[in-house]
Amino acid sequence: MKNIIDMIMAPEYSFTAVVVLFILMIKYVDKIATKKFGYSLLLGMTVFIGWLFTDNVFRLNFFATNDNVPIIFLVFLVVWSCWFSLYKGIQNDNRIAAGGVPLEAEPENREKVWSWPNLVYTELFAIIACTIFLIVWAIVFKSPLEEPANPTWAPNPAKAPWYFLGLQEMLVYFDPWLAGVLLPGLIIVGLVAIPYMDVNPKGNGYYTFRERKFAITTFLFGWLVLWVFLIIIGTFLRGPNWVYYGPFEVWDAHKVLAANNVNISEYFWIKLLNQGLPKNILVREIAGIIMTVGYFVVGIPLFNKFFGNKYLKRMGMIRYYLMVMLIFMTLTLPIKMYLRWSINLKYIIFMPEFEFNI
Amino acid sequence: MSETRLNLNRREFFSYLAVGWITFGAAVAGMASLVFRFLYPNVVFEPPMDFIAGRPDEYELGVDERWKNVYGVWIFKEEGRFVAMSNICTHLGCVPTWLPAENKFKCPCHGSGYYPNGINFEGPAPRPLERFKVSLNSEGKVIVDKSKIYRYEKGEWNYPGAFISV
Ligand code: FES
Repeated sequence: MKNIIDMIMAPEYSFTAVVVLFILMIKYVDKIATKKFGYSLLLGMTVFIGWLFTDNVFRLNFFATNDNVPIIFLVFLVVWSCWFSLYKGIQNDNRIAAGGVPLEAEPENREKVWSWPNLVYTELFAIIACTIFLIVWAIVFKSPLEEPANPTWAPNPAKAPWYFLGLQEMLVYFDPWLAGVLLPGLIIVGLVAIPYMDVNPKGNGYYTFRERKFAITTFLFGWLVLWVFLIIIGTFLRGPNWVYYGPFEVWDAHKVLAANNVNISEYFWIKLLNQGLPKNILVREIAGIIMTVGYFVVGIPLFNKFFGNKYLKRMGMIRYYLMVMLIFMTLTLPIKMYLRWSINLKYIIFMPEFEFNI
Repeated sequence: MSETRLNLNRREFFSYLAVGWITFGAAVAGMASLVFRFLYPNVVFEPPMDFIAGRPDEYELGVDERWKNVYGVWIFKEEGRFVAMSNICTHLGCVPTWLPAENKFKCPCHGSGYYPNGINFEGPAPRPLERFKVSLNSEGKVIVDKSKIYRYEKGEWNYPGAFISV
């Protein structure tokens, strides 16, 4: 059993499983957004995580770094808040489908209160509670201080703080300029831009799912699959040398996974055409350039065919294409991950001469 | 609202105003200077850029770690060549580990791997480890000069200075 889990938790399989689970969640959202499912999920997760802790190796790896502790809480919180919003949304959707109004629009829920004292008091108590919690936390779990910094030595594995482990996991597949600068920048800009692009008034002030299916699905995919799950990989499934380790596997620094990563240019010129790499950089990288350009030139019209009719008119040209660009940039991450896992790809376009690698 | 009124004439009002602004300005300037001071390190760690690494025949073939913790330099000696390599990963600047059993360097940050000669073969590292300038002094000892680097992808590894023939 544990061996099987160690095997299927490898990023290539577990990531696929999470994508499938995500699709199932959107498809069977009615079943998921019920109290019964919510409780079963809570029970299942508690039992599973509890079972993980009965394993000596898992416990050892887990408590090696104290910042693993909050992640367990956060996993529960993420799952809960996601389930809760779906639950509320479907509840309202059913009311609307039955000809009613959302719960939040009922007269008794529209009553207004003063922010002073109602809100301010709540905030005050929240602040006090948080402070107490943090103080207790800081006393109970000692901060994992290490030896003084040394520029010629790095711990192994060298892990970022847990909230950056998703980014660090992204860097495994990309050039630092992309995964370290461009993509994080786009994430921030994209999040800031969402309210300006999303002009759909549906769902203002009430929970809903069906009225905003596209928006919710896109956002949750980025959040749950491409961010939260990557953090989980980076935290629990990466050991020395940033090699994959199963949850029950001992961290042995000598585990070797043979990986010989190859660029598209090498696949194209050496493997396919059986000749050396050309001297001219553009000629050398032509296959990768065509692939990258093709991704946008073919992909975007294809996307338009499925979603264009509905959203192009509603959002307007500029908003629509901004959204398309953001979605296409987001999708480069899973694409690159699968290319790495399937054909050991290093870079699609590889120009170290200009520090430009995709 | 209280009913007290300050009896101020125009001149007094402006002098109060001036005092207020000067205090405020001084406080901001003080803060700014503290911030500015904070930008500079209290302790500067600057190991010398060049060092003497002994005679080439003191080294065995292969990777040598003796200068790694002091100067951040790996010595690599193969048939005919003696080179000094940087220990900074070309991906994002972590310090890789030398794994003698696997005969490779492996970076702990995102898993890039390098052959003993510094060529990258796995993981995201876009280019090989950089090499430093090496030369022989009059006593036949090697001087490693970290201020001059040679990069493989620019074809610089065959430049004179990038290696010592042994
Ligand atoms: S810094 Fe070495 S692999 Fe990223």
